[in-house]
Amino acid sequence: MSNLNTQMIEKYRNSFLREVEANVEEGEWVKMCMQCGVCSGSCPFGPHWEHPPQEIFMMIRAGKRDDVLTSDSMWMCTSCYNCIVRCPRGLPITHIMHGLAHYAHRLGLAPKENPTHKFAIKFWDNLTRTGRVNELKLGLALYFMNGFSEGIKTSLKMKDIGLGMWKTKRLSPMEIVGGHKCKDVSGLHKILAKAREIEESKAQKFSG
Amino acid sequence: MSDEMKIGAYICKGCGIGDRLNTQQMATIAEREAKANVVREHDYLCNADGVAMIQKDIDEEGVNRVAIIACSRRAKTEAFNFDGVAVIRGNIREGVIWVRPDTEEAQETTQEMAEDYTRMAVFEARYQTPPKPSGQAGRNPHLLVVGGGISGMTAAIEAAKAGYQVTLVEKEAELGGTAGKLFKRVPNAHPFKDPMDTGVEALKAAIEADDRITVHTSSTITKTSGAPGRFSVDITRESGETITENVGAIIQASGFKPYDANNLPELGYGKSPDVVTQIELEALAKAANGGPIKRPSDGKEVESVVFVQCAGQRSDKEGHLPYCSGFCCNASIKQAMYFKDANPNVDTVVLYTDLRTPGAGGEDFYRAGQEKGVIFTKGTVSEVETGGGLKVKFKDLILDEDTEAQPDLVVLATGTVPNSGVDIEEVPQNEPGEWESDPNSVLNLAYRQGKDLPLLKHGFNDSHFICFPYETRRTGIYTAGPVRRPMDIQQAIEDATGAALKSIQAIENAAQGRAAHPRSGDLSYPSFRKEGCTQCKRCTVECPFGAIDEDEERYPQFNESRCRRCGTCMGACPVRVISFENYSVDSVGQQIKNIEIPDEFDEKPRILVLACENDAYPALDMAAMKGIEYSAFARVIPVRCLGSVNTIWVTDALNTGYDGVVLMGCQKGENYQCHFVKGSEMAHYRMSKVDDTLEQLNLEKERVETYEVAITDVERAPKLINDMAETIEKIGMSPFKF
Repeated sequence: MSNLNTQMIEKYRNSFLREVEANVEEGEWVKMCMQCGVCSGSCPFGPHWEHPPQEIFMMIRAGKRDDVLTSDSMWMCTSCYNCIVRCPRGLPITHIMHGLAHYAHRLGLAPKENPTHKFAIKFWDNLTRTGRVNELKLGLALYFMNGFSEGIKTSLKMKDIGLGMWKTKRLSPMEIVGGHKCKDVSGLHKILAKAREIEESKAQKFSG
Repeated sequence: MSDEMKIGAYICKGCGIGDRLNTQQMATIAEREAKANVVREHDYLCNADGVAMIQKDIDEEGVNRVAIIACSRRAKTEAFNFDGVAVIRGNIREGVIWVRPDTEEAQETTQEMAEDYTRMAVFEARYQTPPKPSGQAGRNPHLLVVGGGISGMTAAIEAAKAGYQVTLVEKEAELGGTAGKLFKRVPNAHPFKDPMDTGVEALKAAIEADDRITVHTSSTITKTSGAPGRFSVDITRESGETITENVGAIIQASGFKPYDANNLPELGYGKSPDVVTQIELEALAKAANGGPIKRPSDGKEVESVVFVQCAGQRSDKEGHLPYCSGFCCNASIKQAMYFKDANPNVDTVVLYTDLRTPGAGGEDFYRAGQEKGVIFTKGTVSEVETGGGLKVKFKDLILDEDTEAQPDLVVLATGTVPNSGVDIEEVPQNEPGEWESDPNSVLNLAYRQGKDLPLLKHGFNDSHFICFPYETRRTGIYTAGPVRRPMDIQQAIEDATGAALKSIQAIENAAQGRAAHPRSGDLSYPSFRKEGCTQCKRCTVECPFGAIDEDEERYPQFNESRCRRCGTCMGACPVRVISFENYSVDSVGQQIKNIEIPDEFDEKPRILVLACENDAYPALDMAAMKGIEYSAFARVIPVRCLGSVNTIWVTDALNTGYDGVVLMGCQKGENYQCHFVKGSEMAHYRMSKVDDTLEQLNLEKERVETYEVAITDVERAPKLINDMAETIEKIGMSPFKF
């Protein structure tokens, strides 16, 4: 159990709703759900979620902290925004789903083997290193995400596409060493550090 | 005006009537066969010239029965409005030319139809007397309001503002009723976010300041007799001292009592002092006065509270209320706010199955509750355990699991039971001469049919919920507030205002001897030939409005201003001694008898249609406007209510040689639409007995059909007539043609 997770349990005790309001992006909307179920009915992935959004909101109010944070449901969201458009109460459901996923990740509770979770981590690490997405490295990392032999197989399968992209100057093999970056990488890192600081102080200030 | 009868028959040729029909032939029939004294045709009877022509005959020729053979009685009523004479309408536009095709082949039967309506109009006119108000009319601009809650106080203030004297009777020592026991009420204005003052004190002060309103607290009604315009009411104080007031109309705003929570031991009521009803929580909130609410058992400040909605309500279980009380969801949100407003960290959970927040601001108020952090959980409570701290066991219906909560306090939303007095179906009235007052009754009416207002279901008073929601089944007595149906404060205030207006209307109608809804303005009233009466009591029992009492000799005693002029008594009377001046067994019977019945071998059957004037007849009129055709063999006679149909009409019709009879009334039963509540039901019951008559006459029972027809049955009503025509084609003509 991560250190942060222990702190949070201690801080909010029986009130998971308050914890969500304080720590999750748009979390203060959760209490406004009126359980009509339009979000769940509108979600194209609805039948495949363990807990559709309506249920997630109810679980938060019922204090089911572990069930919510370890669930892979929020990771299933494809950001189609159907739920946001249709919610009669105007809840930013897509954003709340991403907020919950992010919070679960921060606490170290997100499901380790969930492909969306894995991809999200790889994408974030790739992007924040240089301030530019290194597509070659990101692609290769994805190929080898599930083991070496599968990585080789996928690479061979994608070989022709890769060569084609190289010929049309869409992909440079030189990216494998270093790769291009933004003008002020250290500046970017400072921005990201500051953002995290703000986020944490916001949660601190919440009167939970 | 002389008493000599002089009938004028006026045939209109406008709206295409002249092109389609031989009006000259009709005029000859009116004069020679039906013996009208004056017969005239006119190109446009409803224009100024036509109306002046009729008026001239009334003034100069002494015509006092005017038979206008033109359009439906529902059209041109303002043009054909003549004072002091009886006006009859023969319907040859909607009733004939508009429902028949304009073809060569149809011409003959269409003309026959119009000729029959001409005969019928003149014969109906012959059996008419212009109605005059009865000697029982009286004006008393004084109103009695029973119940000093928010509905009663509002009604009293509204009536007083309109200039009427009001006597307000309250059985408790203080005015205020249930609303007086509340800490605050659900808001009635934007932004619908916070509980607000109940307004009871302001109402009390307004009543205090109004010298038109007299208040009797700690008092009950021990006797009510009379009729609209001249009620006599005994008001008895706790001490036994009684005063008698004469009033013109009565508003019963007796409100509700909370459902007895002792019926809910499974929810812990009575087992722990920390399980309370909503009303009991109001007392705790009043005591806290905005500070933290303390629980009754040990005075600890409440840190968590669970509201159990629909406790003993909306449930099929024995002893529970089957209906929704309408205000409890909003009340629980309001009460949760009592806690949240004092301390936002108090956990407040509302356990509901369906959250219903009626009213303009209901949804906003629900949202405001959520914003304040009230948790709403959809779930059904199975049990509240009380041993060692409260434990609310419930099934979460969203998460589909059994779970529990352990609050400091449980509040049960138990709902309302109307204070409607005694159920007159179960508690019969005392025999004449042995009357005594019943402490369980609200009004203690001296009416023959019982001491309180009739009930519809679940103990709420019967009123016509679609068309005339305030009209109870006792004319001049109006119910307002939650005695009528479950409602909240806002609805009760609106209801009381409406009831005040209706009772003022009743006072003024009674002053002029006019009927109330739905035959408003009608001056006729039932009279009976005493020497023919067999004292069978059917009229007294069947009158839907309790208008008929019994005198010492047990003869019916009509109270004209209680009468709604439906004629159910007339339909009920087996010896046919009851009649109205303008509507009687003869006025319809003579129309039935005096049409032409063609020979059996002519293949021209005759179908008598008796259609309720409120719904079925307008439906047929509308069918005509839409050009929907029906059989040329039908002869339609409007009746005030199907309840006024005396079986003699059906028997006479079959004896005269009609081949079929169709009766059209309104929907009956619990969801009735019958404008006279019980009329259609009585008619259906009576007609179920007509089979015997048909058997005696050796006729097929398909020849008489009784239907429930709504005003919207524009396609169906003509079809029912055509169905009968088809039936006759199948079973053959009646053998009773002479």
